[in-house]
Amino acid sequence: MARATATALDRQQAPVKQLAPVERLPSFPVRPARRVSLTPRPRSAWRTRAVNSALPWLLPLALLGLWYLGTERGWLSEQVLPPPAYVYQTLGDLVSTGDLWLNASASLQRVLVGFLIGSGLGVSLGLVMGLSKTVEDYLLPTFNALVQIPVLGWMPFALLLFGIGEPLKYVLIAHAALVPVTLCTLQAFHQVPKRLLEVGRAYGFSQRQIVTDIVLPSAVVPIFTGLRLGFTKAWLSLVVVELLASSEGLGYLIAYGRQLFQLDLVMAAVVVVGTVGLLIDRGFEYVERRLNKGRAPTSGRLA
Amino acid sequence: MSSLASTQPARFTHYRGWVLPVVGVAIWWLAANQGWSDSGLLVSPQKVAVTAWDQVSSGQFWRAISASLARNLSGFFIGTTLGLILGCLLGFSRLFERLVGPSFNTFKQISLFAWIPLISVWFGLGDVAKVVFLSLAALVPVVVNTCDGLRNVPPAFLEVAKVYGFSRWQTVIGVMLPAALPSIFTGIYLALVYSWLATIGAEYLLVSGDGIGNTLIDGSEHFMMDLVLFGMVIIGLVGWALNVLARRLERRMQRLYGINPR
Repeated sequence: MARATATALDRQQAPVKQLAPVERLPSFPVRPARRVSLTPRPRSAWRTRAVNSALPWLLPLALLGLWYLGTERGWLSEQVLPPPAYVYQTLGDLVSTGDLWLNASASLQRVLVGFLIGSGLGVSLGLVMGLSKTVEDYLLPTFNALVQIPVLGWMPFALLLFGIGEPLKYVLIAHAALVPVTLCTLQAFHQVPKRLLEVGRAYGFSQRQIVTDIVLPSAVVPIFTGLRLGFTKAWLSLVVVELLASSEGLGYLIAYGRQLFQLDLVMAAVVVVGTVGLLIDRGFEYVERRLNKGRAPTSGRLA
Repeated sequence: MSSLASTQPARFTHYRGWVLPVVGVAIWWLAANQGWSDSGLLVSPQKVAVTAWDQVSSGQFWRAISASLARNLSGFFIGTTLGLILGCLLGFSRLFERLVGPSFNTFKQISLFAWIPLISVWFGLGDVAKVVFLSLAALVPVVVNTCDGLRNVPPAFLEVAKVYGFSRWQTVIGVMLPAALPSIFTGIYLALVYSWLATIGAEYLLVSGDGIGNTLIDGSEHFMMDLVLFGMVIIGLVGWALNVLARRLERRMQRLYGINPR
């Protein structure tokens, strides 16, 4: 009996289904495929690369050519636009006489001291406000109100209080660096990932552990962004302060050249200011990229 | 009492923000009126108020502020317009970016105020020089942010546009510009902030004519601390007002274009 049911089951298995033979689809009016060009026209790789690396030099060279022509043909007087060779020569003179080094080191020293004071204060102010809501409630509104006055607004005030000495420069540069550093540090504390905090609480972290093991590590990158921004601001205000009140430094070179109508000196100093700023910014960028390695990019708006 | 761990209920803590300023002004008042220091720089709050009233009622203040604002806004508009054009060119054309991009990036590294001596030689000390400088100040953030916004349009959007067979023009108008708008607004907003800062700087360094910066420099030269303090407050207030205005406009534009505010 059992055997019979088994065969019956066997027979039931796999009923062969008759599939209809696949027919060709009826033909329809064929539309030409739209050509979507995803890759540029193939060109020899060598030529593309050569053209690509040559293109950025075209504009500076053209400007230099125009400048050269303009001074050579006398379209503009030398007083208004000194010839490029002259500027180059002045730059060489500045280097060989040691004037450049003297002024650049004075500027760098100012910006470093000011930046260290300002960023140190800024980080600690941001830390205190970030860690304690009470302190934030007391300090932040006043801080925000004072921030509305730019460094330049403080300048006459500081000029009266401190005179035209070194303290004036340190104070103004420190102030310039302090503002972005404080705001970024505070923002870093407000933006600690919620999930990490929850994990910490789930593991029963103490208040101190949460701060040292979760909050501070996650705040490193934003604080560094603040430092970079602070340095840019410090460098910017250094030039202004030196233009207005100083007897040495790169900004002073610019102001001095302007007073004597030696535009070659002005231009040479501007080139140096730009180069130093560029180098320092690149350095910060490099460190920032190293810090950011392996972290998800955070987006933030730093006005 | 940590802001991180405890979720405290909202309590009446607004008064805390006022403690520091009030205490500060009170100490200042006491110090000035009790004669703690005989320095001429320690002026009393009343004196600052009187100076402020003098400035406002004599019309000097209005002349200065209108001159500064006119400069600021004209520089801002010229700079922003040029910046939008340059930024769009940089954002849309690879070739143009290769041509101009590196030069522009080097150019923007040069500290803004370092240009003032050159500008003063080329354009004089008058309003032309100031507006040129202000346009320069406003131009840079607009170009950077416009270009960034256009370059960072999500590739998925562009693919959709391709699938739908959008023409280049349609892609630009319908996809790229709306996607880049928030970034462009950020640029314009920064331009407004920078141009106010630059207005003050230009008035310090290119001293001629009226302006709020000149008021401050005058006060500083004549050791009139009251005038300096008044000027500082005005600079802060105008900066704040421009800031608020820009935020409002930004939000309204975003709503107009159906972009969710961040």
